[in-house]
Formats: sequence, structure tokens, C-alpha cells
Amino acid sequence: MKINLKEFLKGIISENPTFVLMLGLCPTLAISTTLANAIGMSFAATFVLLGSNIIISLIKELIPSKIRIPSYIVVIATFVTITELIIKAYSPALDKSLGIYIPLIVVNCIVLGRAEAFASKSNLIDSVSDALGMGVGFSLALILISGIREFFGVGKIFGNTVIRGFEPVFLFAMPSGALLIIGILMGFFNFLKNRK
Amino acid sequence: MSLVSFVSIFISSVFIYNVILSRFLGLCSFIAISKETKPAFAMSMAVMFVIVMSSIITWFIYRFLLVPFNLTYLRTISFILVIASFVQLVEMVVRKISPHLYKIFGIYLPLITVNCAVFGTSILNIDTFFKDGKPITGSLILSIFNGFCVALGYTFAMLLMSGIRERLEVCDIPKSLKDFPLAFIIASIISMSFLGFSGFRF
Repeated sequence: MKINLKEFLKGIISENPTFVLMLGLCPTLAISTTLANAIGMSFAATFVLLGSNIIISLIKELIPSKIRIPSYIVVIATFVTITELIIKAYSPALDKSLGIYIPLIVVNCIVLGRAEAFASKSNLIDSVSDALGMGVGFSLALILISGIREFFGVGKIFGNTVIRGFEPVFLFAMPSGALLIIGILMGFFNFLKNRK
Repeated sequence: MSLVSFVSIFISSVFIYNVILSRFLGLCSFIAISKETKPAFAMSMAVMFVIVMSSIITWFIYRFLLVPFNLTYLRTISFILVIASFVQLVEMVVRKISPHLYKIFGIYLPLITVNCAVFGTSILNIDTFFKDGKPITGSLILSIFNGFCVALGYTFAMLLMSGIRERLEVCDIPKSLKDFPLAFIIASIISMSFLGFSGFRF
């Protein structure tokens, strides 16, 4: 099986789910306080995205268009439950720090958005590439935001102090810091795009 | 269950843990629909109705179906299905009764299904008002009240934001910051001022 490179790459830059499509912002902002959380969330979301895209692109002919949204949601919720149980079993610490944001992957607009806009119209290989690209794009955005927040908010990277004597800016660890950072980053990316 | 618990739920759901500004639930709709006050208010009312109703429905499902049959791990699936079908029902009713309102809601009514505020509130209610699968005293009433307060907080944030953004329409803003980036920065400043409420104690 060969992955469709075009569909894979578009999720990372030109259609980045966080900064361009603006989907799935709730988990992005809520759990981006530390890098460890962000990486856990990235894996969970990518797994759900991949699983639901595969199943939906396989059964797209069987679903009547009138009830497609509830059907997609059932597929997605199944994968979320699998993820939830796996995380609970193997990493109780991660489960504790992600809290209600794990079951909330089910209402993450990225997953449903990709199912509706892409997997329901495309073949299996394209859907897999799309899910992987979106997953990687989401993970990169999450890691970028949480890296900035962890460094400035707590003064650490992966829980290790980087610069001794650096006084952390508490604001960045707070919810308002997350909103500020995503606003500025989005403006910055727009600026780069406008300059071209 | 006393007056104090109601007041503390009210303060914490509306101000301290405001559903949008501090829990980040329902952020997509918050950024997308807050350009003008009228649709923002309509959306808030729709969300309020759905949150309160789904708080009731999910409480009964959890209490009388999932707990007795030991199926609590099916929480995510069953809740989201119920919310999705309930939203579908509301959509049909609104379309029939008020085509004008239906036009205002547009695509956002079906999107309430994936509005994390609704689902998140249901999950939070279950987490807070059930201890080891058993409802605490007055848990149903507290759940409903909490749902109502969360929606009130949502409305509050929506109105604040849309009021500011309406004024911004006439301002000269750098091109790169237009619309969404600036909306986030404004939300950040509002959220910062909400931090001041976190000192409340009971």
C-alpha cells in the first residue's frame, strides 16, 4: 500500500487543522499546558482519526445519507472508547491529566469534519493518507503551542528546567495565555502567507 | 443540598470555570458566531436549551440504564448518540415552527451536536454529581441547575465577545490579525479579567 503523498502533506501546512481550518480548538487549548500532555493527546486523536477514517471510507456506500452524521458519530465514539480504556489501563497518570478531554475527542471537530468532508467521498488509501496528515498537522500544532506554554509558563521543557534563574510568566500557564498564544501564532502565519 | 451549594455552583460555572474562557468548551462556535450580537444570542439560547435538556436526559440514562446494568464504559457512545438525536429533533421542530429562526441558526444548529459544551457538561455532571456510581443527594436538580449555569456562562461570554467584535468592524486592524487571530487575543484579555473571579471562596 502506498500512501498518497499529496493528501498527506496538505494536512500539515496548507490545510493545517488548527491554524487554517480552525478545527478541534478545544483540546488544543485546554491540554496544551505541558508537552507530555500534548504528545499523549496527539497520539489519542491521531489514532481515533485514523480508525474512523478507515472504517468510514470502507462503509461509506452502506450508510444512507440522511443518517450519516449519527452513524459517523457511533464509529468515532467506538474508537474514542477504545482509546479511553487503553489509556486508563496503561497510563493512569496521563488519564488523570487529560481528564474529560479524552471522551471529548468524540466531539472534536477534526474527526467528524474529516469523516464528513473527506473519508465519506474518498477511497481507503486517500483516507488513510488524509487521516495521517491531519493527525501529524494537529500534533505539530499542539506540540508547538504546548512547548511555548510550558517553556514560558512553567520555565521547563518536558519537566526539566532549561534556563536556570528564568522566572516563569504564570500567565502563559493560565487559559488566557493559551488564547493569547494561538491568536498571535495565527496572526504570524497569516502574516507569512500575506507576504508571499 | 442547600442554598450555599446552589450559589457556589452558580459562581463557579458562570464565572470561575466559565465554560468557554476557562474550560475551552464550545470554542469553535464562540469564535465563529460571535461577529454580531443577534445570531450570537440566538445561538446561546439554542445551546442553553440543548444543554439543560441533555443534562436531564443523560442523568436518567446514566442512573437507570448504565449503572444498574454495569455499562458505564458505554457512557461516551450513549451520551453522544442521545445528544445527536436530540439535536436532530430540535432542528426539525425549529424548522417547522419558525423558519426565520431556522435561517438565523443556519448550519450551527446541527453543529451543536459536536459542540463540546453540551457533551462536556453532561460528562462533568456525571463526574461531579455521582459518587462511585451512586447519585449524591439532589443530584438531578443540581445537574440541571449546573447545566443551566454553564449555558448562562456561555451566553455571557458570547454577548461580551460579540459586543466587542461589532465595534471592531469599523476599526482599522492590521490585515494579518483580521477576524480570527484578533478574536483569540480579545478572548484572551476577557479570560484574563475573569481570572479575578477565581479568588471567590465560600
